[in-house]
Amino acid sequence: MTKMRALFAGAAVALSLGAVPLAALQPARAAEGIAPPALEWPQAGPFGVFDRPALQRGYQVYKEVCAACHSMRLLSYRNLQDIGFSEDQVKAIAAQDQVAVIDDNGDAATRPGLPSDPFHSPFPNENAARASNGGALPPDLSLMAKARKDGTNYLAALLTGFSEPPADVKMADGKYYNEYFPGHQIGMPPPLTADQVTYEDGTAATVPQMAHDVATFLSWAAEPKLEERKRLGLKVMAFLAVLSVLTYLCYRRVRRRVQGH
Amino acid sequence: MSGSTLPTNNKAIKWFDERLPLLSLLRDSLVIYPAPRNLNYWWSFGSLAGFMLVAQLVTGIMLAMHYTPHVTLAFTSVEHIMRDVNYGWLLRYAHANGASMFFIVVYIHIFRGLYYGSYKAPREVLWWLGVIILLLMMATAFMGYVLPWGQMSYWGATVITNLFSAIPKLGEAIVTLLWGGPSVANPTLNRFYSLHYLLPFVIVGVVILHLWALHTSKSNNPLGIDIKGEQDMIPFHPYYTVKDLFGICVFLMFYAYWVFFNPNGLGEPDNYIEANILVTPQHIVPEWYFLPFYAILRAIPSKLFGVLAMISAIIVLFFLPWLDRSKVRSARFRPVYRQAFWIFAVDCVILGVVGANPPEGHWVLIGRLATLYYFTHFLVIVPVISIFEKTLPLPDSIAKAVLGGPAKH
Ligand code: HEC
Ligand code: HEM
Repeated sequence: MTKMRALFAGAAVALSLGAVPLAALQPARAAEGIAPPALEWPQAGPFGVFDRPALQRGYQVYKEVCAACHSMRLLSYRNLQDIGFSEDQVKAIAAQDQVAVIDDNGDAATRPGLPSDPFHSPFPNENAARASNGGALPPDLSLMAKARKDGTNYLAALLTGFSEPPADVKMADGKYYNEYFPGHQIGMPPPLTADQVTYEDGTAATVPQMAHDVATFLSWAAEPKLEERKRLGLKVMAFLAVLSVLTYLCYRRVRRRVQGH
Repeated sequence: MSGSTLPTNNKAIKWFDERLPLLSLLRDSLVIYPAPRNLNYWWSFGSLAGFMLVAQLVTGIMLAMHYTPHVTLAFTSVEHIMRDVNYGWLLRYAHANGASMFFIVVYIHIFRGLYYGSYKAPREVLWWLGVIILLLMMATAFMGYVLPWGQMSYWGATVITNLFSAIPKLGEAIVTLLWGGPSVANPTLNRFYSLHYLLPFVIVGVVILHLWALHTSKSNNPLGIDIKGEQDMIPFHPYYTVKDLFGICVFLMFYAYWVFFNPNGLGEPDNYIEANILVTPQHIVPEWYFLPFYAILRAIPSKLFGVLAMISAIIVLFFLPWLDRSKVRSARFRPVYRQAFWIFAVDCVILGVVGANPPEGHWVLIGRLATLYYFTHFLVIVPVISIFEKTLPLPDSIAKAVLGGPAKH
């Protein structure tokens, strides 16, 4: 019997030695760029809420800069009311868009956008998008903040991560060096330069500021129910905590009748 | 089964119960079912599994009211649920995380059985039914994961269905049948949706059989000894109903943490990119609950034998009641088996980690050793221990062990 025990102790040691390199629970992803720095986000944590002015500034950056190349097909103008625009502001924003329709005579026509219309897409199709971007496809940004690991930090890092390539890196044609993009060669020209937009609230439009703002906006766009979800979550947790205590007391009470459990 | 046993003075109820003893049946199985008096919290995971099955059914049926099973619309319809349907985000996150919760609960439930020897006579059929439920759950979850039609949905479906092509002769035909055409496409999505809707109800059926077998052979218990008489038992209600309710409340907090505060923590970011036939994701990883089996699949260099190994990893559980020849059930009285149990549990975790990592470098070796150990555990270690182990003396009865003497109850 003791022999058998020794055998098991041996097996246990061997297994746990095998487990040491397992500390790296996250799959190794060497080819996928560097981990982005962790920034402060007011929407993080169980009590997190979005910073409204940042959301509105972020929308401005999206609309004035990114929207030239990137669609956000899952959003409609009416959604902007959730980030603090008034109904009239939303109507005005939507009306700047021209939407293709078929008129009463069956001819192609346009009408001003309505709040119920989806965001304007810059290109009619994928081929047109690639043709204008040196063959690279600017992806839809609606879900971008959830479609990348640590998405919100990644977005802020990506937009501020452009630099001259190191001497030993040979850049392909039409590619730009970016520290955080997997493989470091991205087909998107650095989209942000200082003072590219003029913020109405007087915030200085530095590149990190705009990157932070637009990342906040994209984080909301990907998860518009975040605040509602956390608010409800806190109530649910509180309710369950009380219910757990009550059922536990019930359990103790009932069990007193049969000692031992 | 049984006739009417309902103690009631209500004439209408009595009339009905004499013609169809449905209420008697429910009362027999949920109220007066005599359970061992010493069940610990690990026994709460059975009713938790039942709770999760119902939760998946309810959230799933409501999702189905808004979901569109077509390759051009599926992804957008899930986002429509997330954005426009009232509390759609809650339904969807509860269902997606619910699948993970269901597997956590069922895996613990299975390991409980392994530790306390619940698979041994007279519970072999009960154990088999459990393994069948596990297989059905895996099929259901796999097909459910395809429905949102993200990158992982599509590529996971492609990789896993392709495995069947390893089967000699019939392989290609089976794959075509699964796909409904020459590749994973709209017909695949449609049949997976149909089966994803169907299989949970098959699970409900097997769960009923599982409970029937349970109530025939009665619950095992932490001591692993048989119930010897009245003094060893307490009725299910209120003693275990209230305990299980408490367990469900605590478990719901764990579940709620994921749903409300970390809803994508168990998922892959790639599944928020719509399926694209032209772009293969860098790493195709299945959901966490499949990772140990995925590791076993990849540990074997041949596709056919990899598939066979993966399937055998579950099939071997069917034979466990005969591989383990020890008459003593509970690991409490089996000092050597107890250690083997924990090493096996660690081995499963290692397999899970291997499955999450690309099959390169040292992961290949670790994966192979852990796979080898997985089968060695069942086919060599457990049988050998069960023959040579010197078990500890068993208590005379449950009542004696927990009360120190025969109780009055
Ligand atoms: C001149 C057109 C253009 C503009 C303006 C532009 N982008 Fe891009 N963007 C692209 C292209 C092209 C790609 C695809 C790059 C590739 O795949 O190599 C891209 C890719 C991206 C990606 C995906 C990176 C990844 O991990 O795959 C993100 C995120 C992104 N852009 C964000 C933005 C944001 C935010 C803005 C506004 C501040 C913006 N872009 C402005 C053209 C543009
Ligand atoms: C055994 C119980 C079940 C399990 C384990 C299960 C598992 C899953 C999983 C893993 C997904 C993918 C979730 C995601 O990543 O989005 C899913 C999606 C889905 N399931 Fe189920 N499911 C079950 C029961 C049901 C039932 C009974 C229905 C009723 C029709 C259903 C309907 C759906 C629908 C419509 C989707 C697509 C929506 C979505 O992806 O969120 N499920 N299921």
